[in-house]
Amino acid sequence: MSAPKTLFEKVWQQHLVAEPEGEPAILYVDLQLVHEVTSPQAFDGLRMTGRKLRRPDRHIATVDHNVPTTSAADRLVIADQISAAQVNALRKNCKEFGIEFFDVQDASQGIVHMIGPELGATKPGMTIVCGDSHTSTHGAFGALAFGIGTSEVEHVMATQTLSQPKPKTFRITVDGELPFGVTAKDIILDIIGRIGTDGATGYAIEYAGSAIRALSMEGRMTVCNMSIEAGARAGMIAPDETTFAYLKGRRLSPEGKAWEEAVAHWKTLPTDESAVFDRELFIDAATLAPAVTWGTSPGMHATIDGKVPTLDDAPTEADRKSFAKAYEYMDLKPGTPMEEIKIDTVFLGSCTNGRIEDLRAAAEVIKGHHIATKVRAMVVPGSQHVKKQAEEEGLDVIFKDAGFEWREPGCSMCLGMNPDILQPGERCASTSNRNFEGRQGRGGRTHLVSPEMAAVAAITGHFTDIRKWKKEAR
Amino acid sequence: MEPINVLTSKAMPLPLPNIDTDQIIPKQFLKRIERTGYGDFLFYDWRYNLDVPDDVSPNKEFVLNKPEYQGAEILIAEKNFGCGSSREHAAWAIFQYGFRVVIAPTFADIFYSNAGKNGIILVRLSEEDVTALMTHCTEDPNNKVTVNLEAQIVTDEHGFSAHFEIDPFRKYCLLNGLDDIGLTLRHVDALNDFEAKHDNEFWSAPKTAA
Repeated sequence: MSAPKTLFEKVWQQHLVAEPEGEPAILYVDLQLVHEVTSPQAFDGLRMTGRKLRRPDRHIATVDHNVPTTSAADRLVIADQISAAQVNALRKNCKEFGIEFFDVQDASQGIVHMIGPELGATKPGMTIVCGDSHTSTHGAFGALAFGIGTSEVEHVMATQTLSQPKPKTFRITVDGELPFGVTAKDIILDIIGRIGTDGATGYAIEYAGSAIRALSMEGRMTVCNMSIEAGARAGMIAPDETTFAYLKGRRLSPEGKAWEEAVAHWKTLPTDESAVFDRELFIDAATLAPAVTWGTSPGMHATIDGKVPTLDDAPTEADRKSFAKAYEYMDLKPGTPMEEIKIDTVFLGSCTNGRIEDLRAAAEVIKGHHIATKVRAMVVPGSQHVKKQAEEEGLDVIFKDAGFEWREPGCSMCLGMNPDILQPGERCASTSNRNFEGRQGRGGRTHLVSPEMAAVAAITGHFTDIRKWKKEAR
Repeated sequence: MEPINVLTSKAMPLPLPNIDTDQIIPKQFLKRIERTGYGDFLFYDWRYNLDVPDDVSPNKEFVLNKPEYQGAEILIAEKNFGCGSSREHAAWAIFQYGFRVVIAPTFADIFYSNAGKNGIILVRLSEEDVTALMTHCTEDPNNKVTVNLEAQIVTDEHGFSAHFEIDPFRKYCLLNGLDDIGLTLRHVDALNDFEAKHDNEFWSAPKTAA
């Protein structure tokens, strides 16, 4: 009998093409997702060297980072000439190299990490890469998925492989029941806070435990999505009945006998009982609370009933320096209660929290209320599928009645490559993944929260404890 | 990729941890479809006075604009350099500005990989060593630092000397300026064999519902 293995080790081994002596392994890539920002130089590289795209059938492309979200018309003719040129370059490249491309108004367009799962292209046991760090999202299905740079994008295009040093393994077990008002977003923010933004550098994380098992696929994707914010190479969750139920009947899922065989294979993937990890962390779900970031790194967060930490709370000298810089950039005083922080803007969307379940949760909070005066709030569904589904459920009406803008799908204000940006000094409750300086617009101040927490902040105009709000609302 | 082995230069201290790729090169420059021309945008938000519209004058307080550090080919920073977004534009901007080496206690994984593919040496030293070297280069901006990749040693004019570890394969590629795709294609027979079998494992196919 072979030695017990982790989920990661199984997927890794099943994709080893070669293990040259003294060199990183050559790993086969089952699927590469392509978007407009990190691909043009890779296609150019192929042309310059006269290399072919080895497997067009293992590539899927869409536009997400640059596209305006204001209206269909604004997307078809993009006013920003540089953005328009980049989108056009992808159109042209997909045609030239024979890649299936979901254009701006295609029914399957959306953020690249939304559409892989929605189409059923993302499946357990696969290796998936993309020139985007949030590729870790697909790990929610038990795939090994990670972000790469443009040189590596070109490498995959030419060889359908990557030369990869093997990461170490790290299991994070979250056991118990999540308290009322606590979401997948709060789990991952808590983890990043505990281990630090470089806490998992060099590791592939596996999330396990009853609290993770109890999450929907949407929640699992939120957790895996932000693995990179802890520095991890990848984040994975073992496939189970929740995974299979999500995949069944999707456009690119196997059918009939092939489905049965696929499920049988997927059931062999979870970590063997006695497998050993390089590192382990245990978290009691009952101790978690809704989180709000206060600083300029996702690890700088407090619970909603807490305060902006003081310099004395900084664990190291380097952290003290970062804290001081963050107070200044965020214009916050140490010791300020989180609930007293007022906001100007609410952004609900992104590959972290732009899924149907996120929109439903926020709509549930918003229903029958109106956003605070002076607050600007927008919902940007992560994909055309999510937008359509939400409209069928009448969520768009709830948001619009409450004063939210209802937008077209894309990355939008998560990184502000399109016109959706914060103005200098503007403070935003955002369901996205990064609160770096200038991330949502130069001088903009980002606080990361769950969709429910963003929704309640939109109504009250300041961060508000969703646990109390929900209780009062009942 | 240009081969690199021994480099002697002034070194620019940037004493901050967690410098993310959004700071190294902000989003607006990611719309370009070229691979060159990023050097002028390195550390854009820190480097220029942007508070007055249309004023893009250099921020004299920022180290990149200080006359005494002009010509430095080595950058020294604190832990977790290059975290965040996978944008290789960050490595392009660093290289095209003129840096050939970055020294820090730790680097984020994706940036580490991107830098290597662009001929940039990333040197990991202990926090104590980074602090010591940073102090030397702050007190004496003309301090010449030498990075010897072959010998895996960093030295300076003030008696600093530290050995660094680097993956032997990465070192080999940097020393010889080797193209990764060419290296992988040495294994094309193994790849063809693997792929022929793997294509029958339909669970691995993104698009063919078997």
